[in-house]
Amino acid sequence: MEKEILEHGLNFNRRRFLSRLSLGLGSAALGSLLIPDLFSGNGMDEDGLTPGIPHFAPKAKRVIYLFQNGAPSQQELFDYKPKLREMMGQEIPPSVRGTQRLTGMTANQKQFPLVGSFVDFKQYGQSRAWVSDLFPYTAKIVDDLCIVKSMFTEAINHDPALTFLQTGSQQGNRPSMGSWLSYGLGNENKNLPNFTVLLSRGIGNGQGVYSKLWSNGFLDSIHQGVQFSKGEDPVLYLRDPDGMNRQDRRDMLDNLAQLNDLSYQEFGDPEITAKVKQYEMAYRMQTAVPEVMDLSKEPDDIIKLYGPDCLVPGTFAANCLLARKLSENGVRFVQLYHQGWDQHGNLPFEIAKQAKDVDQASAALVTDLKQRGLLDETLVIWGGEFGRTSYTQGKLTKDNYGRDHHPRCFTIWMAGGGIKPGIVYGETDEMGYNIVKDPVHVHDFQATVLNQMGLNHEKLIFKHLGRRYRLTDVSGKVVHDIIA
Amino acid sequence: MSRYYLLAVIAGFVWYVQSCTTSSGNHTGSEAIPEMVSYNFDIRPILSDKCLACHGPDANKREAGLRLDMAESAYKALKEHPSAHALVPGKPEMSEVFLRISSPDTSVMMPPPSSNLKLSAREIKLIEKWIQQGATYEKHWSFVAPRKPAIPQVKQTDWPRNEIDYFILQKQEEKGLTPNDEADKERLLKRLSLDLVGLPPSLQLMDSFLADKSANAYEKVVDQLLKNPAYGEKMALHWLDLARYADSHGYQDDGYRTQWPWRDWVIHAFNKNMHYNDFVTWQLAGDLMPNSTKEQLLATGFNRNHKITEEGGTIPEEYRTMYVTDRNDLFGKGLLGVTIECAHCHDHKYDPFSHKEYYQLFAFFNNVKEVGIESVIGGPDTYAKKPLMEICDEDIQSILSFVNKRDTNRLIVSVMGDLDTTRKTFVLKRGAYDAPGEEVQVGTPKAILPFDPSYPKNRLGLAKWLFDKKNPLTARVYVNHLWQEFFGKGIVKTSGDFGMQGDLPTHPALLDWLAVDFMDHGWDIKRLVKQMVTSATYRQSAVITPEKLATDPDNVLLARGPRYRIHAEFVKDLVLSSSGLLNPTIGGPSVKPYQPAGLWEGATSGRGLLSAYNQDHGSSLYRRGMYTLIKRTVPPPSMAIFDASNRDLCEVRRLKTNTPLQALVMLNDPTVLEASRVLAARLLQENSGVNDKISKAFRLIVSRKPNEKETDLLTVYYEKELKKLTPASAEKSLAIGEYPIPARIDKMKLAALMRVVTTIYNLEETITKS
Repeated sequence: MEKEILEHGLNFNRRRFLSRLSLGLGSAALGSLLIPDLFSGNGMDEDGLTPGIPHFAPKAKRVIYLFQNGAPSQQELFDYKPKLREMMGQEIPPSVRGTQRLTGMTANQKQFPLVGSFVDFKQYGQSRAWVSDLFPYTAKIVDDLCIVKSMFTEAINHDPALTFLQTGSQQGNRPSMGSWLSYGLGNENKNLPNFTVLLSRGIGNGQGVYSKLWSNGFLDSIHQGVQFSKGEDPVLYLRDPDGMNRQDRRDMLDNLAQLNDLSYQEFGDPEITAKVKQYEMAYRMQTAVPEVMDLSKEPDDIIKLYGPDCLVPGTFAANCLLARKLSENGVRFVQLYHQGWDQHGNLPFEIAKQAKDVDQASAALVTDLKQRGLLDETLVIWGGEFGRTSYTQGKLTKDNYGRDHHPRCFTIWMAGGGIKPGIVYGETDEMGYNIVKDPVHVHDFQATVLNQMGLNHEKLIFKHLGRRYRLTDVSGKVVHDIIA
Repeated sequence: MSRYYLLAVIAGFVWYVQSCTTSSGNHTGSEAIPEMVSYNFDIRPILSDKCLACHGPDANKREAGLRLDMAESAYKALKEHPSAHALVPGKPEMSEVFLRISSPDTSVMMPPPSSNLKLSAREIKLIEKWIQQGATYEKHWSFVAPRKPAIPQVKQTDWPRNEIDYFILQKQEEKGLTPNDEADKERLLKRLSLDLVGLPPSLQLMDSFLADKSANAYEKVVDQLLKNPAYGEKMALHWLDLARYADSHGYQDDGYRTQWPWRDWVIHAFNKNMHYNDFVTWQLAGDLMPNSTKEQLLATGFNRNHKITEEGGTIPEEYRTMYVTDRNDLFGKGLLGVTIECAHCHDHKYDPFSHKEYYQLFAFFNNVKEVGIESVIGGPDTYAKKPLMEICDEDIQSILSFVNKRDTNRLIVSVMGDLDTTRKTFVLKRGAYDAPGEEVQVGTPKAILPFDPSYPKNRLGLAKWLFDKKNPLTARVYVNHLWQEFFGKGIVKTSGDFGMQGDLPTHPALLDWLAVDFMDHGWDIKRLVKQMVTSATYRQSAVITPEKLATDPDNVLLARGPRYRIHAEFVKDLVLSSSGLLNPTIGGPSVKPYQPAGLWEGATSGRGLLSAYNQDHGSSLYRRGMYTLIKRTVPPPSMAIFDASNRDLCEVRRLKTNTPLQALVMLNDPTVLEASRVLAARLLQENSGVNDKISKAFRLIVSRKPNEKETDLLTVYYEKELKKLTPASAEKSLAIGEYPIPARIDKMKLAALMRVVTTIYNLEETITKS
């Protein structure tokens, strides 16, 4: 009902909307922020979804996605399989392996010996969830987590799998999840981009990330993910050139606005007015972004919580703390990528380092949000693009082995945002190879995330080249069992 | 006069309203119902959008056995209720379609509530009236070959300059609109120059054009610009988007590739005005032509511009299938303007293309001597993938003289080449590479035009089919692309979709006239370009009166000239050219100009030549935007921010957005700041007053003389900045870019003038053709 009223109120076309705006700078960018698509020429969807308004009351307002790029091995982190240790070195039974296709890296391997985790597991919290010794901090917050052990995907290589998780399609050229949410829900903070991206890298074998993963696809580029990086220019081209202070910039923009106004008087084109407003938003971003990036005012207990790395710009820990700040300031979708989880070989050494890089800060983020009362309205997601095989890739020695890509099952966790805390969902078989209970497809996961944000994944659509596109393509079911 | 054209006239009013509402997406449902309802223009869009997903061409998804896109099946007794009929011509009250769409009962209502689709009251009324009037079906407009319609009659007979204008004016007159006056000479020249060469006019050209009072002064400039080699660069850009040209292989490691000689060929082809039929035939089948030359072979690089994986774990056949799919989809979208890609996994949901037909077309592209993964990321041997050609220095001195090869290193380019034997093609179930179904032979979608059995059953035959005069799409689609380039949006706005879900043409008769005329004149591109830019329609001023803004906000009727922000690459060109920095070299390996630090390094697997950004220096910094190296996974940021294509897949229409990040590029990108400094230094060294310097900068950048107010504002700004600047802040302001600062120059004045120039670069009008 509320949505209908809002729709009615917003249901005038963009030109009429623009013609009502004065050229004054006071109302600058208000329209573009509330209803970004009014300015794009794409207009409203013909089915009446007004971008910027949820379909139903949302549980979560914002998402922080801690993407573990490269595919962390579930066997060494969350999916405890003592049987694998017992069967160490034995060939994986054909009945288990089935017809699963192999990557080009193990397709020619003659033997597929099972390998158990080199690290021990223990149970924690009320939920008695199993967590490996590599994750001592995460272990302490299991009662805030919903650990999903039964994720599966369709892709077997990094590029298509990453693209699939981010855009719902393996082939690319579609909007990323953050872009969809920006399009669907609009902006809470008029001075910051709605979808921000933070990158970091561990020492493990890495696979690239790339800006097409945070592309707006066919949506307006206002929904593009904006990368925040360490250094002087946290957002591309944000910093004024040397020798120019804020007053100088202000003077230039005022002069520019007057000149553009002359042009508007001559041409009467609303695009000119819109342009002036975008310059004003840029000006405000120049102040707002460095403010939010400044971690120097964080108190000691927070620094301690995230660990000393959080003061080193560009680390995963610093990005987690920054993610909290951005989210707290109303950024709809904060996407982190941490590279280095592709352990085809040398797994025990590499994964221990990778785990150490992310464990404390990931847990700290959840704790920090909780103590601020923000966890209820912020959905935190942790996980990679697929899982890893139960058998070893390459040579199995006493203390070294590797694992190949495995799309059939992997583990992620979610916290906050109306997801049930303290549960473990889904199960794999005793060799950790196939899902035996409650499988969650990538589209199911995406449908669930949208659902928590108050969006029906079948209705969040954009018509492009004759087709109605969705994040979840043509499938996906909300996983109601994990919703609080 | 064709029936189609008559229909167009009758439907004129409704159609206008429709096109406006479609483009703004605002259905108020209050428009009048036309006297005579048209199937093609009123009914089909409703059926296609709201009904055909379940009652259309896709046999596997058809509900209740009912098919509504063809008369015979729609008139038949219903399978599940033999006493009832979906459509009874003349009798809506007996037609199940009407009863269902107008029923409030959710158990029988169509479309069902679960579909999330809904018909508006107006749509229901239209269908009712259509049934009353006989429920007649027509073939989809774009699948009927165009015929040249008669030139329409107009009242204001002194306005039209060529045929285009009659079609445009006639529609305006129907709506009671009158065209704008011709744009002033300065604005017109800027528009023309940006459109034909992608660069602003030089001072010299401005002066000579303003001074030329002869009646054909404009035509003379058109001819002059068409002869400028920069014309080939301008025209190539759209084709590079379409052909998804890039300098890296794409996918994960995204290694370097040397496909740029193909790009040089495209520029060359436009400059020598290769006709469209030859231009495309060479690209599709140059390798198969009788006595094929090396130039023809190079042209086939077109079909090898797609992404190619170098990721170790790849299953080769999965990726080889993707490459063929990419070619097939490009052929559909780029050359035929249809979404053939939708039939990749199943029958097309809206257009009459079967799943099988998709793979018949696929078979043309499936015989290439290629593998899914040839090599992992590595050195020069991996810069092209087999089949490939080698361009040697003798070629450069003879047949390939247009290839800008600057060293003696081995140069390889991926091109086409078929196997000696035929690789079998199968329908792939669900589109999956490992789920082959029925075997198929080469063929084309019958709904467009059956494949003539006398044509060779290979890509050369496919090219002949494409340029068969009976092919209803080829000419229309390219004419529409060019229209889009010059007028901002196509006559069919969805330039990649002429199918049932695409937008209808706003001026169908004009589109057909242009398409037939284009074919009748041997697919001559320059001639077509000249036709468009010499029309009175094109030459109108872009001023928007409040009345026109209210009646035609999106300028569908073209009662004013086009006014659009220019493409990303041309923004850069404008900045470099007006400052005098532009290096006009054509072609050659792509360059790496200023780019914010760490972008490639932060997003890389760490392997290959492109894992770190080693910026170029010297004159390479000042090449045109189209020569900036495109690494697919991290495309040049200032270009991406201005909506450039990421070249992942075929793209025929760019978005034109307006965002704060664009403002930041124009304000802070070293390219703009350096150009500001260099231009300011040049002006400062001239023996002239401040007013003159500012006025000259304005002319160079905005391509017109500033008016008094503008000069005043900028002069006051200059004086103010000059007062605020200190030697220290001036010094810092100037320390940007690698181009040297003249030794003896007043740095305070230079810094102040530099700010003025930056301001002018940031004017909305500067990067807008208006």
